[in-house]
Amino acid sequence: MPLVEIRDLRKSYFRDTQEVPVFDGVNLTIEHGEFLALMGPSGSGKSTLLNLIAGLDKPSAGTVAVGGVEVTAMKPRRLAGWRAEHIGFVFQFYNLLPVLTAYQNVELPLLLTRLSKRHRRDHVLTALGVVGLTDRAEHFPRQLSGGQEQRVGIARAIVSDPTVILADEPTGDLDATSADEILTLLQRLNKEFGKTILMVTHDAHAAERAHAVMHLDKGVLRR
Amino acid sequence: MRYARLIWANLMRRKGRTLLTVLSVAVALFLFAALRSVVTALAAAGEVGSESRLVSRSAIGITFPLPEAHARRIDALDGVASVSWANWFGGVYVNPQNFFAQFAVVADTYFPMYPEVQIPPEQLEAFEGERTAAIVGQGLMERFGWRVGQTVTLQGTIFPGDWDFTIRGVYVPEDPSFGDEAFYFHYEYLYERTNRNVTPGWFILRLDNPSEAAAMSARIDQVFENSSAPTKTETEKAFNAGFVTMWGNVGFLVRAIGTAVFFAILLVAANTMMMAARERTHEVAVMKTIGFGDRLLSGLVMIEAVLITMLGGAIGIFGARAALGGNEMLSSLLPGYAVEWSTVALGFAIALALGLASGLVPAWQAARLSVVDALRKVA
Repeated sequence: MPLVEIRDLRKSYFRDTQEVPVFDGVNLTIEHGEFLALMGPSGSGKSTLLNLIAGLDKPSAGTVAVGGVEVTAMKPRRLAGWRAEHIGFVFQFYNLLPVLTAYQNVELPLLLTRLSKRHRRDHVLTALGVVGLTDRAEHFPRQLSGGQEQRVGIARAIVSDPTVILADEPTGDLDATSADEILTLLQRLNKEFGKTILMVTHDAHAAERAHAVMHLDKGVLRR
Repeated sequence: MRYARLIWANLMRRKGRTLLTVLSVAVALFLFAALRSVVTALAAAGEVGSESRLVSRSAIGITFPLPEAHARRIDALDGVASVSWANWFGGVYVNPQNFFAQFAVVADTYFPMYPEVQIPPEQLEAFEGERTAAIVGQGLMERFGWRVGQTVTLQGTIFPGDWDFTIRGVYVPEDPSFGDEAFYFHYEYLYERTNRNVTPGWFILRLDNPSEAAAMSARIDQVFENSSAPTKTETEKAFNAGFVTMWGNVGFLVRAIGTAVFFAILLVAANTMMMAARERTHEVAVMKTIGFGDRLLSGLVMIEAVLITMLGGAIGIFGARAALGGNEMLSSLLPGYAVEWSTVALGFAIALALGLASGLVPAWQAARLSVVDALRKVA
């Protein structure tokens, strides 16, 4: 059974009374341990697809299942808890909470679990160790470079050991060196830790790091 | 508790704004505690006095004296156990700001009427044996640092001249509302120094049977109805309550001010929370993406709002209790003035209500925030 299974997914927005289709009848399967890159022009619906997989948005029609659970049928109240357990989200602009240290930012998803303080600490230090930022644990986001912030963002995404990592243009705001470091890190997470990753990117060079590249254009998804 | 660090970090995000909001709530609750304590002190003062003692004063007004002969006629009535009288003196000690009540009383009959006032027997005896002696409340002794045996001079306002008194006794009331800042001296002294040009201000009488208070009041007033000095007789409690009503409708005034302050501070606190929530819209969206539920996020916003108002409330209420509890000026004006625990509890209830009300809208906004819209705005 595929880890992520998308069937006949349709999404459209309403601008005033006019319906604007984003995609119409998208089908996609992602297997365990896959690292997929999703490319396409701006406005093609790449981020929308990630949001639908994460249960942050509702499709107009079709189904999304992750780990055999149909996300699109889930009630909103259950979705948050499910997301905390199964989805690791990496944002383009890192989206760290500026009032929290790197440690506290990474700890955030674990606050939603029943883990004790000591166990949370173990998990956070492990995640920070994986991204190579243990020594920056007590730094605030403003004290970190863009690349370091994104590594903290990745640590936050993996700390609860989610089923799938959704990365929305994770290198979009970084210089070439930092972007390369982040891509290497994502590759490592996939290879060493078996993490399933779906990465949205505009950068063909970044997409080359994935096992497969898909293109979403004019509502059609192609491998 | 696991969210304590997150809440604290958010509170400290804009330290100045949080501090100012806390202080504005503190000032409001300080005012509330101070004003409500006036009401509770007045209410307590209105409760002071016995139902078994009657006070008979001039029907025209409290400032009009009554003939001394009335005492004998009242005493002769069946059901009256004893009669005494008192006069308001209205003297000034050093300067008019040193206000305290002074009464000229009939030495041998006045204090036996008040078993709730404790005076050492030897001091009472010393007082009764000396024409210029005075008995002073414990609070007044402490306020001016007086000691027994000391001579103090009051400047008369109603009865002009310098009046020397020697303190021979100190009284302590069993009930603080009775007040411990009054000054008693001999009516006889007042009578003689004014060349017998003074008559009783009001009569106090004790009844054999307290249940006959209403009937006896009517009977006394009936006796003097057609005299040159008609009386108005009522229980001592009603007499004291009448004094309280002379302050006007303080309760209404305090409630009006309190309500205005409450809404003013509600707007301040609500504005702070709205601003805090608005600048964190994006972060709320990120937290929802991570897995924070709507209820949890609303709860965190509410806790933050309640913490601000409760902290401000604690500073204001306990500040008032500490600052006003032993305030000499207030306790001399209003015996028994204190920020009571009921006021403390009500103050905290108001602070809680303020917090909940001010956090309601931002909490609701946090819950209904669309993650997709919020993140798209920034991207």
